[in-house]
Amino acid sequence: MKKAFLFVSVFVLLLSSACTPGAAPERSPVTLNILAAASLTEAFQEMAPAFEAAHAGVTLQFNFAGSQQLAQQLANGAPADVFASANKKQMDVAVEAGRVAADAPASFVQNRLVIVLPPDNPAGITSLADLVKPGLKIVLAAKEVPVGQYALDFLAKADADASLGSGYSTRVLANVVSYEENVKAVLTKVSLGEADAGIVYTSDAASATGEILQIEIPDGLNVIAQYPIAVVQDSANSDLARAFVDWVQSSEGQKVLEKYGFLPVK
Amino acid sequence: MNNHRHKGIRGSLWKASLLPYLLFILIPLFALLAGIRPADLARTLQQPQVWQAVRLSLLTSALSVLVTLLIGTPVSYYLSHRQYRAFRLMDTLVDLPTVLPPAVAGVALLLAFGRRGLLGGWLNLLGISLPFTTAAVVMAQTFVAAPLFIKSAAIGFSAIDCELKKSAALDGANRWQTFRYIVIPMSWPSMLTGAMLTWARALGEFGATIIFAGNYPGRTQTMPSAIYVGFELDLTVAVTLSVILVTLSFIALVTVKWFVYHYIEPSSIETFD
Repeated sequence: MKKAFLFVSVFVLLLSSACTPGAAPERSPVTLNILAAASLTEAFQEMAPAFEAAHAGVTLQFNFAGSQQLAQQLANGAPADVFASANKKQMDVAVEAGRVAADAPASFVQNRLVIVLPPDNPAGITSLADLVKPGLKIVLAAKEVPVGQYALDFLAKADADASLGSGYSTRVLANVVSYEENVKAVLTKVSLGEADAGIVYTSDAASATGEILQIEIPDGLNVIAQYPIAVVQDSANSDLARAFVDWVQSSEGQKVLEKYGFLPVK
Repeated sequence: MNNHRHKGIRGSLWKASLLPYLLFILIPLFALLAGIRPADLARTLQQPQVWQAVRLSLLTSALSVLVTLLIGTPVSYYLSHRQYRAFRLMDTLVDLPTVLPPAVAGVALLLAFGRRGLLGGWLNLLGISLPFTTAAVVMAQTFVAAPLFIKSAAIGFSAIDCELKKSAALDGANRWQTFRYIVIPMSWPSMLTGAMLTWARALGEFGATIIFAGNYPGRTQTMPSAIYVGFELDLTVAVTLSVILVTLSFIALVTVKWFVYHYIEPSSIETFD
């Protein structure tokens, strides 16, 4: 009993010291919570220091994950100031949940798909047609992830292309060994050489130059991903959140995005 | 035990202090069960992808227990002899997978047994490729869950009186016979308890599995992976699988407790003061 009491009092002491508010400054520094699609990781991280330098006292706190996860977190009340999604569908989830105003989302950048291969190309893939070779190990993102759905859209388009042979998508899908939970997981499996090929965004491929080879998907078959961004409706710092969205859309922000393989919005 | 002291205001305060934690775990569990109507539960179970995940989880977790029994039992027997010099090292090594984040276990397995991993080249020569296979799921589960069996069985083994083993040896029993006729019959409750714990942990394994084995319905997509990947698309599926997992884990733990109280430590049933 005595021992237990000692434990409890030490615990309470620790708790109370942890909870004591420090001397509150006149204007507390602001943290902006940015929920952004996993594919935006490198580009947004590069933008952060410049934005923070231009806005004293502001810290950007990023949460990068599959857009579907972020939309779900938003719908369940995760604190957030800005949401940048890799497709309209997941932005719509946030709109439906009432976290983003219906007219708030604006397309800020585009992305497209590319086939990636391990640097030594163990399966000897040189064209889109090679993806049907039996026994290949292909990884895609799950269809719940935007890039996974885009990949399925590309395969559906490719079915109509006679040069790729009949039943192209079925034969490619027969080679899929895993549906990963986000685009970076696809890239990792390929760059590690565990998979023979994967489908990711050009921006992800650009971030991994040297670790992977690429095979272009022609314009006619490719799928253009539109990325919407929006200030979250209940943001406590909507002015600063707006400033970040503007920064991303400014020529400076767009330059960074282009550097990482994204395409400007037309 | 003096039960009178528990009466009165101090006693009720003492009991009330239990509430925060109890509510903290009970409310989410209740929310899970309340989150689904029985009709939906039955209907979701008929979806092929849900059923595939349930079947794969049951198969892989059972195989993981089997593998653990085969390769873990010798280790727990060794660990039950504290006088061995390598005891501490071995003991720490066995504990390591339980404190590692499962994702670390997944990366480690990939770097060891992956196609480009440490042993990947040799495995390739034998025509074996482990990542993205059901075998990889079993490996990931065994890696993470085996320590629970090993520790539990070791405790059971060490409780056996050394004199018994010595007298068996005097009567001419070899090591294997001693193990078969003395050790196992005397410590099977601990072994079973450990096996149940390993089973429950294997059933819930996720981080190592999704990294090392990937996620493919029917082949490597276990219940936890299906919950994680499918959560955003269909909450009913996620909740159905969660309810199944909670039920199975609960059954496993109840069985374990029953054995602990009735066979392993019958004397330990006493009130806390």
